Amino acid sequence: MKNTTGLFALPARILHWLMAAMILAMLFIGVGMVASVSERHAWLLRIHKPLGIAILLLAVVRLAVRLRYPPPPLPADLPVLQKLAAHASHWLLYALMIAMPLVGWAMLSAGGYPVMLSDALRLPPIFPTSPTAFAILRHLHSWLAMLLFLTFLAHMAAALYHGLIRRDGVLASMVGRRRGA
Amino acid sequence: MPESPTSQKRPRHLGAWVLIVAVIAVTVTAFGYVGGWLAPQRLTPKRLVDQFETNAGVHPGYRRNHAKGVCVAGYFESNGQAAPYSVAQVFAPGQRTPVVGRFAIPGSNPYAPDSSIPIRSMALRFALANGQQWRTGMNSMPVFPVATPQAFYAQLQAQQPDPATGKPDPQKVAAFFAAHPETAAFRAWAKTAKPSASFATESYWSLDAFVFTGPDGQRHAVRWQMVPQSASDDAAAPASDVDYLAADLHQRLAHGPLQWKLLVTLANPGDPTDDATKTWPADRQIIDAGTLVVDSEQAQDSGPCRDINYDPTVLPNGIAPSDDPLLPARSAAYADSYLRRTSEEAHLPGSARPSATTPPETQR
Ligand code: HEM
Ligand code: HEM
Repeated sequence: MKNTTGLFALPARILHWLMAAMILAMLFIGVGMVASVSERHAWLLRIHKPLGIAILLLAVVRLAVRLRYPPPPLPADLPVLQKLAAHASHWLLYALMIAMPLVGWAMLSAGGYPVMLSDALRLPPIFPTSPTAFAILRHLHSWLAMLLFLTFLAHMAAALYHGLIRRDGVLASMVGRRRGA
Repeated sequence: MPESPTSQKRPRHLGAWVLIVAVIAVTVTAFGYVGGWLAPQRLTPKRLVDQFETNAGVHPGYRRNHAKGVCVAGYFESNGQAAPYSVAQVFAPGQRTPVVGRFAIPGSNPYAPDSSIPIRSMALRFALANGQQWRTGMNSMPVFPVATPQAFYAQLQAQQPDPATGKPDPQKVAAFFAAHPETAAFRAWAKTAKPSASFATESYWSLDAFVFTGPDGQRHAVRWQMVPQSASDDAAAPASDVDYLAADLHQRLAHGPLQWKLLVTLANPGDPTDDATKTWPADRQIIDAGTLVVDSEQAQDSGPCRDINYDPTVLPNGIAPSDDPLLPARSAAYADSYLRRTSEEAHLPGSARPSATTPPETQR
């Protein structure tokens, strides 16, 4: 099935903007809570875990939506290198939005912590307890978060470049306005 | 419109480029500020834990505070009397909950003599049958010296050894106490406190307040205390031995399990829950919640307590943190300390390595 509308499907657009807000919030919540000793640390951590798991669930739905509704093609006149960068960065974003919550969940499991999403809701461990695994996964959670932030910056810059400078309908296809409209 | 003049440089595009760069710069700056990199004056967990290392050196693999200790195991047997106040499964009548614990002395030096400080600590992890956990770290004193992480940090800084003498500068310590009158109750206690000869004869206090939630949804501010069932023998600690606490524990456990009663104090409305330097009046209702039985010990470098972070905010349904500002600070600092020591255990690049000059493991 080919996309001829020049637009991302509505479910894809809704998921994109919802998850953009959630993931960006998670990055700020994450770095904010580990740099604080105040009550902020406690309440940010309480938001961090359930919001992260919600991102994992939505990411799975989003991949299904992407397979069901293929995105509009990139402009034909886009240089090959930029096309390649666009595709690579999109798949990197998908990989990270799935890897980040899984690593967070696995690192708490490896550290022997109960993975509590609320006062009473507990997820089962997905990794055997091991201090070595905990340390590696905990560092991985930080490094992948930095990679996610950098990828997001590049993604946002590229979107603005398409929207403000090239004006080629790429940004419009996700905002929901038809090309040229 | 799609035939955009990308190759031509127009002022319009200059504006767009400036806008793009500005959006990125604002986002990066906000991230840097929230993450503390651009807020060097903010007290972070890293700065707190760095100060422990500054004061006592880096001892790879060890906890950055309460570094010297011993693992124990046993169980908690609930008598059901706390069940009307907290739905936590650990308080159900007749419930027996396995416990992995740790006795320790405060301080960041794992080779400190047991007589160097009059405080002992007990940390416990209750593994509830429903998979939830209750972790607590308690000290053998009725009040904490300070109420806030900022004051705690100032105290650590005041205690930083003077390079000339290798000891804290008495003037700095005196200046700290003068600037922190809330330390008075602790100082009064410390004047008469003697380093005990045994972990088994000490009471251990939660110090921080917590909130119980009962089956009726009622919330109760509480503090708790572990009260020893071993008589205090007032035996003087053997002066020749620097590790007498572990030897005493070993000897006692060879003769049978040790017991503590868990006493939970219910606050009256208005009792301070955010200030660990203040005791609550003695007439408050106290519930005997059950008995802690400690029946085995293990060396801390290989025992099951080694890889447990006794973060006091790891709590089961029915117990929640109060508004005590020490609690989030403890959670954040313990996590940082835990990551450092697990990274060292894993020999990750960039983590501290045991140096040739570190004394050998002196504990059993
Ligand atoms: C999209 C998902 C997620 C993102 C973007 C994210 C991001 C972050 C970031 C940026 C940090 C700070 C890292 C540092 O600088 O040290 C962090 C820490 C953390 N995250 Fe996540 N995270 C996600 C999901 C999760 C999930 C699902 C869990 C657990 C179920 C989790 C648990 C934690 C914990 C426990 C910490 C550190 C707490 C500490 O060491 O004090 N994260 N996260
Ligand atoms: C802001 C104030 C405090 C800071 C920054 C702090 C810091 C620390 C650190 C870094 C550790 C080592 C954690 C690990 O690696 O697992 C530790 C252990 C411990 N702390 Fe604190 N602490 C504070 C307040 C308290 C209070 C109020 C209590 C008592 C109620 C307490 C009791 C303990 C105990 C019992 C341990 C040892 C746990 C064990 O045996 O593993 N601390 N503390």
